[in-house]
Order: sequence, then structure tokens, then C-alpha cells
Amino acid sequence: MKFKYMLSATAMTMAVVSGAFAEDSSDPIIIPIHNWSSQIVMSHVVGQIFENMGNNVEFVTTDSQAVYESVRLGDVSLEVEVWEGAFGASFNAAKEKGGIHAASEHSAVTREDWWYPLWTKEACPGLPSWEALNACAAVFATPETGDKGRFLGGPVDWLKHDQERVDALGMNFTVVNAGSAAALWAEIGAAEKNKRPIVLFNWTPNFAEAVWEGEFVEFPTWVASCNEDPSVGPNPNATYDCGNPADGYLKIAAWDGMKEKWPDAYNTLTQISFTNPQIAQMAKFVDVDEMEPEDAATAWLDANKNIWENWTK
Amino acid sequence: MAIVETRLTGKIGSLTRLQITQFLFGLAIIFAIIKPLLPEFLVRIPVEMILPYDIWLQTLFDFIKDDLGLLTVTRGISSVLEWFLDITANLLYGKRRWPNIGPVPWVAIAVVAAVIGFWLKGWKMALLAGGTFVWVALIGQWKLAMQTMSVIAVAAPMAFLIGLLLGICAWKYPRFQRAIMPVLSILQTLPFFTYLLPAVIFFKVGPTAGCIATIIYAIPPMVLMTTLGLKKVSHEVVEAGHMSGSTRWQMLRYVYLPAARTEILVGVNQVIMLCLAMVVLTAFIGMPGLGAKLLSLMNSLKLGRSFEIGITIVLIAVTLDRLSKAWVVKQPEHFERGTSWFVRHKLLIIGIIAFIVSIILAQFVQVADHITRKQDLSMGKDIDNVIRAILANDIITGVTDWLRWFLITWVLIPFRNALLWLPTGSVILAMAAFGYFVGGRKSALLVVIFFGVIALTGWWDRSMITLYAVISAVILATLIGIPLGIAAARNPKWSEPILLVCDTAQTFPSFIYLIPAIMLFSVNDVAVVFAILIFATVPLMRYTIEGIRAVPSELLEAADMAGATRNQKLLKVQLPLALPTMAVGFNQAIMFAFFMVIIAAFIGTQDLGQELQKTLAGNNLGKNFVLGMCVSLMALAFNHIIMRWSNDRRKALGVG
Repeated sequence: MKFKYMLSATAMTMAVVSGAFAEDSSDPIIIPIHNWSSQIVMSHVVGQIFENMGNNVEFVTTDSQAVYESVRLGDVSLEVEVWEGAFGASFNAAKEKGGIHAASEHSAVTREDWWYPLWTKEACPGLPSWEALNACAAVFATPETGDKGRFLGGPVDWLKHDQERVDALGMNFTVVNAGSAAALWAEIGAAEKNKRPIVLFNWTPNFAEAVWEGEFVEFPTWVASCNEDPSVGPNPNATYDCGNPADGYLKIAAWDGMKEKWPDAYNTLTQISFTNPQIAQMAKFVDVDEMEPEDAATAWLDANKNIWENWTK
Repeated sequence: MAIVETRLTGKIGSLTRLQITQFLFGLAIIFAIIKPLLPEFLVRIPVEMILPYDIWLQTLFDFIKDDLGLLTVTRGISSVLEWFLDITANLLYGKRRWPNIGPVPWVAIAVVAAVIGFWLKGWKMALLAGGTFVWVALIGQWKLAMQTMSVIAVAAPMAFLIGLLLGICAWKYPRFQRAIMPVLSILQTLPFFTYLLPAVIFFKVGPTAGCIATIIYAIPPMVLMTTLGLKKVSHEVVEAGHMSGSTRWQMLRYVYLPAARTEILVGVNQVIMLCLAMVVLTAFIGMPGLGAKLLSLMNSLKLGRSFEIGITIVLIAVTLDRLSKAWVVKQPEHFERGTSWFVRHKLLIIGIIAFIVSIILAQFVQVADHITRKQDLSMGKDIDNVIRAILANDIITGVTDWLRWFLITWVLIPFRNALLWLPTGSVILAMAAFGYFVGGRKSALLVVIFFGVIALTGWWDRSMITLYAVISAVILATLIGIPLGIAAARNPKWSEPILLVCDTAQTFPSFIYLIPAIMLFSVNDVAVVFAILIFATVPLMRYTIEGIRAVPSELLEAADMAGATRNQKLLKVQLPLALPTMAVGFNQAIMFAFFMVIIAAFIGTQDLGQELQKTLAGNNLGKNFVLGMCVSLMALAFNHIIMRWSNDRRKALGVG
């Protein structure tokens, strides 16, 4: 590794472009960053690993859905957090058009489902079972939902089928969709002051776990055909009568041209894989310890040399 | 115009304008009453009659983009633009690009800003300009602010140049002006989501797309002000130019443009303000800097630090605003013949020396070069706690809980349901009545066409929900803004601070309002209306104050002599005369509300904004454009009616 590093470093400093070695291009590898901390820090972690290998790296701020089109066209080179639930659809759509593929899969699993902060349990002790939640729906009632409970869902474009689930399970809840992740946090923040019970959409790994303790509501366990086959699940006549998968994938996507343009960096990228606690720690550096993302990435890399140095060999 | 109008109304018969208005409005009410008996197309346009405009538009866009090769052209433009952006990026924050000499240390920039401030308006301005940059550095946002400035430094001059050229063309060729004016009006009312998507597709995600979106957003006022200024150039000046035998180019360069200097510089001021208004919104398409940081801070609920970024944006905006305004009033200096070059340019020389000294200083003193995270004075956590304490205050939550309950159950939901229940035909007729009353047949026809097109796109219900939020917020804003404005105008001691608050509220990034709105009212329509309300009250207050202040003092004296009381003077003299100006404020409030209602999609709405937000993910340009047009058409309809009324009223009063 050391030899390779020195080689590419020399090549860099002398600005010699040699055709004899299958060497990484000196063009910058462009890494997109979005607006949540774990993704920003992880992008910087990956970026700093590449820089250690002698590559040029640049970061660009983009929308988290529109980014797959940009990866496909090669405008940006990779994407470090492809969530099954949130971005699976955009990723697959781009993959069908060609130009993008999954380079690696994190060992971290993702879960996105109904969630409540721990203080909610005082008002509704039977939690986390969904039947218990349904029984105390009145606790979650608000002026606009009347006597039904209010469930605060994520933005509609996350396509979470909450309304279908409420109907299928005959729950006494109304689904209200927030317009952004920030809106969800603002609601928890507001509920926190007088420990108002609240049930809303949340996911893991996420900074919110470090700020507010809470649990996911346990719905009937997800099985593959639950969303297509009415006979599966507790309600024999409806689809969506179960929870979301508790172990969704988290992948790294790359532009198809990356392999040829930066073979070494690409090879490293295919080996990168983070776990849930590692991702949570990256987010915590920024969200709780108030570090800047670049510094958080450096701190993480310094503390975890044994993990990432293997990937660069 | 007025004569033509009366002749037109005369043709219809002996009906007066009021009678026709009553007839149209009556028809609208009858439609609503006999709703079950109405033919289907008058209630809602049936689904099979809705044509797939979005698909057609998408095909058209694809055709232009790929088959006509527009994409290659725009990508070519964006690489040129990128070259400029790389230069400013290298100089301001040290991006590794040619010319590889940056970043310029913050001390140097602050010093130069102070010298420019002094040159334009003396010590106070020097303090404001230099102080702004010192604040930015000390609070630890220097790099972010420079990332933002590196794009604005390219976008603002580009918008200025393009706007100036288009303005000159519009002034020279009336036909071109007729063609460009509607385009500009649409550009000014199109929701920002509609700018963003084409910018990404044609100009590549990143600073280039952000730059293009900013330029397009900032051009319209520049064109308008240039045309206005050139048209006002007096005859004598032009004659003098001709007599000295100027060529056409010389006429333009040495006669027209200098004579229109004031208007053109006002245009420059507008360009800068609009560029800053886009700082946060363009972060969605890859604009780096303050906006992007603000979004990520808000996503982890760091209110304190987003608040600090808001202050930075306001400070930069106020500084650039004051500097450019000082430039408008500053007259060119003239020296006696024979004054040496050094004396004439002493401030320039001082500026250069100060710049070089600070660069040298920065080589040796780290703090003068850059301030690290641990050295900065950010108080994010403390501000966070203060904001949270205010929002959690029992009295405040008591009031907001009651307000939420009251507004939801008694005002908003009934109003919304009523609008959604009304047949399409009824709404269009009522709008036509409104248009007819104000502007006669032409206005009525225009309004009918605009709303008719919305009905035909099939997004009627979503449009009505958008309209409902806008109307609710503007009515509340009127109830709050006008009394406050009147109170402020009557007491000169108050009007200055209130105008300053208006300025601040307007440049403060609208996104920051969303979080407190949610924390006070939680995700529902009250929060949406509240967020719009903050934004829409500002122009109402400002124009009320300015309208009342502009009432000629002779008229007030006359009223005093007639023995009018303070209240009589207000009701009989000041308000009637200020009304046309207040109407302009009302119009702006509606335009701002249409702008903000789309942003409120981030709180959570069920209107056009939500659909627009969805199209961003799918790269669905056709649908995005159709939705954008729905918003634009509604805004244009209101704009037309109110401005028409204001102009007529002004003519009738003989003011302007």
C-alpha cells in the first residue's frame, strides 16, 4: 500500500500522466453531499480515504433524489448512502436507464417505521405493540384529526403507504404528512417540552436516536408478499397489513465509468462497508458534539485506522 | 384607454359596469346553489377532457433537449460559466483550480470592503461594510459565506449584463418589448421549484445550475429598470448628443446610459437583492455555502446556528443594499485640471496598500488568515436554548394552542372545504365579476382565460388549496399589517425602526421561519398560514407607511385649516390618497404569499407545492412546468386586477 501511495503521490507532484500504469485519473472524484449529517460525514470519510490514496476529491451539494440522475451521467462519481426505503425507487429507475450500479453494500441495516419518543409510553403503557397503540388512539388526537389519533408521516414522495396500512389494519388514526425531515424533528422538539405523546415516522441509523430515546412500533412482521398478496398478514382482504422490513439495505452506488477512470479508488470503494454503530458515531460527532463534518471525518478516520486501512490495500 | 373602455361597455347596451358585475356575481352564486343540477363540466372538468399536457411538454422538452441538441449548447455554456466560477472559487475559498492563488485571507477582504464603504459614503458605511465581514469571520462562517459569494460574484454581473442588453433591445424595438414583457411577468411569478429542475438538467448539478437559476431569477427587474430609465431620458439631452455629432454607439454609451444612470443602478440594487434571496433555495440544486449549511443544520434541528446563518445573510444583504444605494446617489467626482493621478485616486491607492498589508499580515498571523471552529465565537447552543425556551413558554403555548384550535375548526377548514365544494364555473364567474368591476371586459376575459387554463390542466383542487392558503394568509396579514403601518406612519419615531424590521424580515431566509412555525403550531395549515403571514405582512406595512408619508404636506395643512381632527385627517385625506400605494403593497403581499406557499410544502401541505416537490425527485419536467404555470397564472390574475385598480385610482386622484 505504501509503495502504491508513494507512486501515485510522485506521479501527482510531477504531474506526469503515464499510460504505462493503470493509474487513477487526476481529475477530481466528485462526491455528492446531502442535507443529513451521517451522509455528509460518511462522504468526507470516503473522500479523505481517496485523498490518502493520492486522488483529487471534490464535494458538491445536491438533492438526495435527483442525485441518481447525476451519477448516471457521470456528473458526480458515487453516492455513499442509498437507502432501500427512501431512495430505492430513484436508484432503480436510474439503474434501468443505465450508467449507475451498486458498488458495495454496507453491513448496516436500515429500518423505517412508526416510532415514538420514550415519554409516550407513560400515556400509552402497552407500547410498542400496534394493537396497544390503536387502543390509546385518543391520546394522539388533535384539533384537525377530531377524535382519531394523529400519525405524522414523512413527505409524500417517500411513498410509505401509511394510509394503506391504517386502512388495512382498521386503525383509528389519521395520517398527516410532514413536508420534510426537519418538520419531523421540529414536532418532536415541540412535544418534548411538555412530554406530549406523539407517534411519527422515523428511521435508523439516524441522529435522532442520540437526541431522543425512543422505540419503533411493532407491527405484524413484514414478509415479502405482504404488499402484493391480500391473503398474507392479519387482514385477509387487504395489502399493506404489516410493518416495514426491519432490515432494509444501505448501498453505495457508483457511476459505471468510475472503474476505468479511477481503478484504485473504485477497488477501494467496493470494499467499503460500515455498520450501524459506526454510522451513528459519525452522525453523533456532528449532531451532538457540534464538530464540522470535515473534522468529524478526520476524527473518525484517526480513531478507526484498523477498519479502513484494509480497504485501501 | 379609458375612452376605448367606455365605448366597449357602451356597445353591450345600457348596462353599467356595476350591473354587469352584479350579473356575473349573481350567476356565480346561482351556479353554486344549483350545483347538483349543473352539467358536469361546470362543476369539475371531467377527467377524459383533461389533455396530457405534461406528457406533451415532456416530449417537447426531450425533443428540444436531445434532438435539437440544446443540451450540448447549454452544457457548453455551463463549461464557460464553470471557468468563471472556478476563478472566483479559487480566489475566495481556495478551490484547487486555475489561477491557484487563493484563498484571499479574510482580513484583506474586510479591509477592502471598508475602504469601498468609506469611498461611497464615509465612516458609517465603512464600519458597516468592514464590520459585516468581520462578523462573518468571527462567527466561523467565512468559508461558507465565500462559497456563496463566489457564485453571486459571477451571477450578479451576468444578470446585470444580460438584463441591460435585453432592456436596451426592449427600448429600441417596441415589438421586442411586447414579446418580452409577458415572459418577464411569468418569470417573476413562476415558483422557484420550476426554475430548479431545468437548471439541473441543462446546466449540470452544482454551482453552475445554482448560478443559472440565480441569474434567471434576477434578470426581470434589471430589464424593466433599464427600459424605464432609457425612456425617461429628456429630449434636450438627446438633442445635445445629436448636435455634437455622436454615432449611434456614442449616443448609447455617452448620452443615454449616463442619463439613465439612476434607474440602471436601482436595477443593480434589485439584482443583488434577488441574488441573495436565492442563496438558500438554490442549495437544493447544488449551490454550496451558507444555504446548503442552513439546510443541513435545520435537518438536525440546530436552530441556534441556522439563526446565525440567517443573520449573516441579512448582514450581507443589508451591506450590499446600502452600498449599492450609496452608489446610486453618489455623483461622479470632478477634479480641477492638472490634479495629479495620485490625488484623484488616493482611496484606490489606500485600498491597494491596505489589501497588500493584510495579505502579508495573514502570512504570519493564523487568526488573520482563517479562524478555526474552536476559535470562533458561535453561540449556536445558547441561541438554541433561548429560542426553545421562548417556544416552550407556557403563555405562548397556551395562546398558540387556542389559536390553532380556533383557526382550524372555525376558519381554515370551513373555508377550505367551501372553496373545494364550489363548482369550477362558479369560481371562474366570481373572478370574472371581480375582473370586470375593476378593469372592464378585457380584464374579465383575461381572468377567465387564466383560471380556465388551470381548470383544463386538471389541477383545479390542488390550485384551490393553494389559493385558500394564500387568501387566508393575506387577509390575516392585512388585518395585522395595515393597522401597524398606519400607527407607524403617524409616529415618525416609529417608522424608521419598523422599516428596518421590514428589511430584515424580508432578507432573512424564509426557511428559518418554517421550524418555529411548526414548533408553535405543529404540522398543519395553521403553521403554513403563519409562515406565509410573516412574509406577506412586510410589504403591506412598508407600502402603508410610504403611502401615508408621501401625502403632500399642502393637503395636510389644508385639512388642518379646515379644522379636521387627527382621525378625520387620517380617514378623509391620508388613507384615500395612500390607497393606490397601499394597493401595490397588497399586490406584493399576494405575490410573496404565492412564493411562500410553495416553500411551505416543506412544512407539509396538500397543494400544488407538494406536487411540485414530488416532481423534483422524478425529473418530471413536463409536470413540473404545468404545475408551475398553475401557480403563475393565479398570481398573474391577481397581479393584473390589483395593479389595474391602483393605476386607475392614481389617475383619478391625479397623483402620478
